[in-house]
Formats: sequence, structure tokens, C-alpha cells
Amino acid sequence: MITRDEFKTIAGNGIWKQNTSIVQILGLCPLLAVTTNAVNGIMLSLATILVMALSGVAIASLRNLIPHEIRIPVFILIVAALVTVVDLLFNANLHALYLVLGIFIPLIVTNCIVLARVEAFAAKNPPLQSTLDGIFMGVGMLWTLGLLGGMRELLGNGTLFGGIDMVFPSLHPIQVLPESYPGFLLALLPPGAFILLGCMIAWKNWMEARAARRAQTKPPAPVATAGCH
Amino acid sequence: MMFAPAPYLLKDVSVSKVMAQVCLALLPGIVAYAWLVGPAILFQLIIASLAALGAEAVMLRLQGKPLAMFLTDGSAIVSAWLIALTFPPLAPWWLVVTGTVFAIVIAKQLYGGLGQNPFNPAMIAFAVCIVAFPALMSQWPSVGLQLSVSDQLQVILGLMPRVDALSGATPLDAMKTALKLADGNVEVSHLLANQDLYGNFAGRGWEWVAVGYLLGGLWMWQRKLITWHVPTAYVAALVAISGSLWLYNPAQFANPLFHLLSGGAMLGAFFIATDPVSGCTTPRGKLIFGAGCGLLAYIIRVFGGYPDGVAFAVLLMNLCAPVIDLLTQPPIFGMKDKS
Repeated sequence: MITRDEFKTIAGNGIWKQNTSIVQILGLCPLLAVTTNAVNGIMLSLATILVMALSGVAIASLRNLIPHEIRIPVFILIVAALVTVVDLLFNANLHALYLVLGIFIPLIVTNCIVLARVEAFAAKNPPLQSTLDGIFMGVGMLWTLGLLGGMRELLGNGTLFGGIDMVFPSLHPIQVLPESYPGFLLALLPPGAFILLGCMIAWKNWMEARAARRAQTKPPAPVATAGCH
Repeated sequence: MMFAPAPYLLKDVSVSKVMAQVCLALLPGIVAYAWLVGPAILFQLIIASLAALGAEAVMLRLQGKPLAMFLTDGSAIVSAWLIALTFPPLAPWWLVVTGTVFAIVIAKQLYGGLGQNPFNPAMIAFAVCIVAFPALMSQWPSVGLQLSVSDQLQVILGLMPRVDALSGATPLDAMKTALKLADGNVEVSHLLANQDLYGNFAGRGWEWVAVGYLLGGLWMWQRKLITWHVPTAYVAALVAISGSLWLYNPAQFANPLFHLLSGGAMLGAFFIATDPVSGCTTPRGKLIFGAGCGLLAYIIRVFGGYPDGVAFAVLLMNLCAPVIDLLTQPPIFGMKDKS
């Protein structure tokens, strides 16, 4: 089973320490493309969580049966099958949102977050831990994409939760800034995503540096920023 | 460059003195501009300067750098003036403030402050605002529009509605749109005959603003604030491409003089592409940099979707500047040039 410490480590890594978007800088392509509002970012993250949890349990259970040499194609096949299921689910139940997210749901297959966690974690750990790792990595992605999407639509349109009616037809977007707000279009375009993501990474590093200063220890080594996509 | 052992003559130069002279060199252009559109441009210069100094002070304070030394170096003022001169003169105050704050905070201070910025901050401000607010950035007052000083101030402060008379196109943009709409059925000479919009060489009135920048630029060259490389290569490239297309089809392409005196060409050649921080530093590199700016500015302004191409041309060449510098290192003195 799983110990309390193990659970804490997995959750802490996923949500903060190894956060996919602001520490590992993985999956930049969907991050830039779908975070034009908070709802899109959150919904894509939820789809990714589902895929990661399922692929975690599937691959961790099969990890001793998969030949080491061909593990990557096998991982991709399993992930692709799961993504197809999620893709069809979105198409059937949240069709309006499916049209907005479009190609980015099928592209979860090639999202390096999924493959990276499968390769780095699920292939080496038992099913329960792997599932939790998938879920918490996804939660880390969820809050960063939600926050980034929220900031972008607030700056770009002056609204929050635009497109929520596609998920819950009874709810409406919130107009935060006055109607006369001219809208800062740049925030909704890719440069806005890059600049705000940079600010979030700077904020995270600042928090870490401050924590390290308070602990009166040596600051942690600079975070590796290996990009992908 | 050759170095000799001491003693040296002390050259009386500092950042703040250079920046003050750049501001002085901008004055002929500013005077012509104010004569053309009224004191609105002076309000914009003041707004941009205040915004730049404010943003600079906040960023310096956050970084714990000495305020007095960096605030008085004048570099923020030069950026602010270039921003104010490239924005429409009757743009709302917050547009200029947004552009200036973005330029100082993101394009300059986040990269490390004076001397560290890979991009020209003033051109970043222009690019950001024309991408984010394309409509407001294309509203130029029609020439001959008579607004009282208080009316101009009220338009800038947003106290008066923005009427249609404020939303003309620049002569350059009007020319492009007319040629595109007519689809080959109208000749440039017919368009230029419209004396409401066009003067002797280029846009009516605007041509003299460009001449003002040219005079200021030549004075800077005479004072050795800039070298001849960038402006010469810039103008040569612009004349070469506009001249060859003009010779090829004078009905559809305006003459080189029109392009030299339109839009931001002169401001770009002498004040923007010559930025020592974001441009090239080797002599051959400067020639390539200037030529690239002139060429791209023409291509973007004639074939692109934006009213003028100088800002994007300079930013694209800023991106190339490090590699150009690397490839054009002059041979070390005494060594044979391998190439």
C-alpha cells in the first residue's frame, strides 16, 4: 500500500515542486494554445488528469510484462487508446467545449507530460502510486493552466470564466472589469501567454528563494528548464 | 579599433550627456510635428516621460538599485520620446502609458536595465500596442484638422468623444489601401495628386517632420553620437528596393523619395536603428543591420498588413544582431584576415 510520507511526496511534487508547467516546462503547446480563458485551461487539464490517472494504473500494472526495448511504442499505444476514450467522451457530452479545445484533446497523446510521467514514474512504481502521481501532476497542471487562463482573459477581455456556459449551461461568465474596458488583445495572443508564464515562473522561483532564505540554508540548485514542444 | 598605452585624452562623454544630445537632435522633428498637429504631441511627450520615469523608479526600487543615478541618465526619457513620436498624436493617454510602461518594465528592466535589453524598448511599445489596440493605433488626425488646445487635451484625456475627424489613416496607409482596393486600376501619380493628403514629396506636412528628423540625425552624425554605417545602409537599402520596384512599375509603386519621407523611415534610420544597445557593434555588422532594417521596413509596409513596417523591421533585426556581430568580427590587428 502507500505510506503517509509517500503520499505527501507525490502530492507535493505534482502540485508544487515538480509542477509540469512552471518547473518542468512541459506541454507548452497546449498551454499556449488553450489558456485563452480559465475554463478551457481547466477542462483540458481535467481531460489530461483522466488520461494520466488511467495510463498510470494501466502501465504500472503492465510494467513487468512490457519488454524494455520497445516500451515507448507500447506506452504510446496505451495512452492513445485512453485518449481516444476521453476524446469520444468530450465529443458526446461537452460538444461545444470539444469544438473549442479541438485538436488539443487528441494531442494529449503526444503531450510530453503524459509520456514523461509514464516513463519516469509509472514504469518503475506500483499502480496505486502511479495513479496518484498522474492525478497530482495533473492537479499541478490544472491550477497553473487555470491561473494563466484566468489572468489572460482578465487582461484581455475583462471577464472571468468565459465559456463556462459550455460546461454548465446555467452559469454565465463574470464581467470583472467595467464594460468600457478596451481589452488588451496581446494577453490573448501567444506572446501574452509566454510573458505571463514567465512571470509565473519568476514568482515561483522568488517564493522558493524566500523560503530558502528563511530556512537559512543554501538555496536550491537552479531549476532545470528543459523545454518540449 | 586601436589601443595605445596611457596617457589618454579624456573625452567628455557620459550616458546622460549622450541622451541629452539625442533629445536635442529630436527637436527639429518635434517642432515640425507640433506645427503640423498642434500641441497634442507635446502633451504626449510629457505623458510618456512621466510614465517612463515612474516605471523606471518602481523597477529600480524593486531591484534595490540607486534611483538618482539611473533616473537621471536620460535613457528612459529618450525611449519615452520615441514612443510618443511613433504613437498617434491624439491617442488616449492610457495607450501611451501602457506602451511606455511595457517598454520600460518588460523590454528594458526585466532584461537587466540600461545596456542589457536585446530589443529596442520604444519599438516593443509600438509593436505591443499595434497588436493589442490596432484600431486606436491607426487613428491619425486628418491634416488640417483644427482643434483648440483644450480640445486636444480633452481628447487625449478621454473627456471628449473620439470623432471621425480624428481617425484618418497615415498617408502611407492611405496609399496602400487605395492601391489595394483599386486592384491595379489606379495609378500612384493620381493618388499623389490629391493635395489634401499628399504634399511635394510624401504625406502633406509629414514630409517636413521627416526632414526634421533627418536634420537632427545628420547633426548627431556630425557630433559623432552615431556612425554613418546604419543610416547609410538603411537609406541605401530602402532606396534600392523601392527604386527598383518603382522603375519596374511606376504606376503601382511609389517613388523612393516618398518612402524615405513617409512613416517612421527617417526616425528609424537615425534614432531607432542606431540604438547602440540592441543593434550591431561591428562596422560590417552595422551595415548589414541597417540594410536589413531598411529592406524589411519596405517589405512590411508595402506588402504587409500593418500601416508601417519600421518597428517590426527593427525588432526582427534586433533578433539577428548577436549572430551578425559574431559573424562579422573584424580581424585582430596584425593578423591576416582569414576570409
